[in-house]
Amino acid sequence: MSKLNKLTIAETLKGLTKKEFSSVEVTKAYLGEMKARKNLNAFVLETEEVALAQAQKSDEKYAKGMQGKLEGIPLGIKDLYCTKDIRTTACSKILENFVPQYESTVTQKLLDDGAGFLGKLNMDEFAMGGSNETSCFGPVINPWKEELNLVAGGSSGGPAAAVAANMCAAATGSDTGGSIRQPSAYCGITGIKPTYGRCSRYGIIAFASSLDQAGIMAKDVRDSAILLETISGYDSKDATSAKIDVPNFEAFLGQDVKGLRIGIPKEYRPQGLNEEISKFWDMGIEMLKARGAEIVNISLPHTTYALGTYYTIAPAEASSNLARYDGVRYGKRVDGDGLDNLYINTRTEGFGKEVKRRIMIGTYVLSSGYYDAYYLKAQKVRRLVREDFIKAFEKCDVILTPTTPTPAFAIGDKSMNEDPVNMYLNDIFTVTANLAGLPAMSLPIGLSKDGLPLGLQLIGRAFDEATIFKTAYALEQDAKFERK
Amino acid sequence: MKIDAETVKKIAFLSRLNIDETIEDTKKDFNNIFAMIEQFNEVNTQNVQPLTSVNDANLVCRKDEVTSGGNAKAILANAPEQEYGYFVVPKVVDVE
Repeated sequence: MSKLNKLTIAETLKGLTKKEFSSVEVTKAYLGEMKARKNLNAFVLETEEVALAQAQKSDEKYAKGMQGKLEGIPLGIKDLYCTKDIRTTACSKILENFVPQYESTVTQKLLDDGAGFLGKLNMDEFAMGGSNETSCFGPVINPWKEELNLVAGGSSGGPAAAVAANMCAAATGSDTGGSIRQPSAYCGITGIKPTYGRCSRYGIIAFASSLDQAGIMAKDVRDSAILLETISGYDSKDATSAKIDVPNFEAFLGQDVKGLRIGIPKEYRPQGLNEEISKFWDMGIEMLKARGAEIVNISLPHTTYALGTYYTIAPAEASSNLARYDGVRYGKRVDGDGLDNLYINTRTEGFGKEVKRRIMIGTYVLSSGYYDAYYLKAQKVRRLVREDFIKAFEKCDVILTPTTPTPAFAIGDKSMNEDPVNMYLNDIFTVTANLAGLPAMSLPIGLSKDGLPLGLQLIGRAFDEATIFKTAYALEQDAKFERK
Repeated sequence: MKIDAETVKKIAFLSRLNIDETIEDTKKDFNNIFAMIEQFNEVNTQNVQPLTSVNDANLVCRKDEVTSGGNAKAILANAPEQEYGYFVVPKVVDVE
């Protein structure tokens, strides 16, 4: 049993129940892989002792037959989730010594079901970025074609790389504009951002509150379904979490997709779209067609304007959310002459370049004289983007698109560093689901000719993750993507 | 519209950030980003209501009662400076 860390969660749970191996053995296998792959820079904090103690407890529970639904499964946690007594930084210098005194609802639910935590995972600073290069701990290396030094994507680069390289059984992610789906596509794993309101945001360090949503990054569709069920549900500590029943998502895997209407939006095939991505998208369409699904051409006419809308609303909310980092109540403090200078010095030293940029964009679009032209305008276009989807879902049940316009790019890519807009363009296919609050998943569909994973995205109706899971499972069966 | 160095400086102060060393770069990035954003001016949004939340459900009222408290120690646990159960900041009130 040397490859315990390669098993899926479903397989691991089966083995643990049959006592073929113990949780301590499973946990040790993951810890071993974490040590062997330190070069990827996926973990920013390893909690070996915590993980082993949790595994020990889990083994005792199995012995007594009192195990929880995720008993003994070792997970990685994006460093955006507050974990009690475990340092949580959002990969920002301004929180370098922050030790939460409470547990986020999502991680608490995972603990309640018996999961253990291997450590905290790298990410773009405050989840702002698409390459994990804005992290104060440095970029994460994509485990595919390691020698090429490619990005793992962002903002959840650490979770994506760690899951792909079998350094954890699965990970929590968060998605404001594609932060779960884009890295999942780059690293050849499955990632789901559920409907806005499906999971509590309590204890997840805020970036853009009307867009942020927790989610799962896992080895396959089944593991995503199992974990999403655990972390979903109403929470009185998050007023935007929804009082809607959580279905058994796993029960939808294997259901027939015959007659299911698959929407194909023409706006997601812009001129000059990467040929291989286009080809794999067609392949996905054919796979579903062969299973009896009905392919429906749809139009989401405001797609072109979604990026500008996103890059107005997200920074606006971020500038407000990040006002709390002032060096007074927690986090870094850099002294200065008077209170204003204490604020300025703390924030200037504590925040990285991209975070500063977004705080300033947000401050500008909210400032007197510009509010109507930018922020209010963006909120209006946001409604139109959402209405596009509502209309489209009259004609189809789920939408299939590529996740990203390209495969993973190189760390330090020149054009993306020269002009931030080039980096933002990686989000064109993913921001729409956040603006509309819809559930969306990325799953690996194949490898480019250079051997890099490519992903397809499924977008569903609000609170209809079940149809996404059903469709994704069918695609997964046909694509037979070989994970690492 | 074009954003000038003066505006960048003003935004930086409103954001409580000092970017004196990178004003020119910031100005350039801003103008690129806003050129991308301003594409949405092509969209006719007359009679469109702004969307502030994708939640269709109304916010629910809870009972007005104390649900937590007495956590002063935990609240101060990460304070950069504290004394007598208070956060400490530089003097902000000047008395003439």
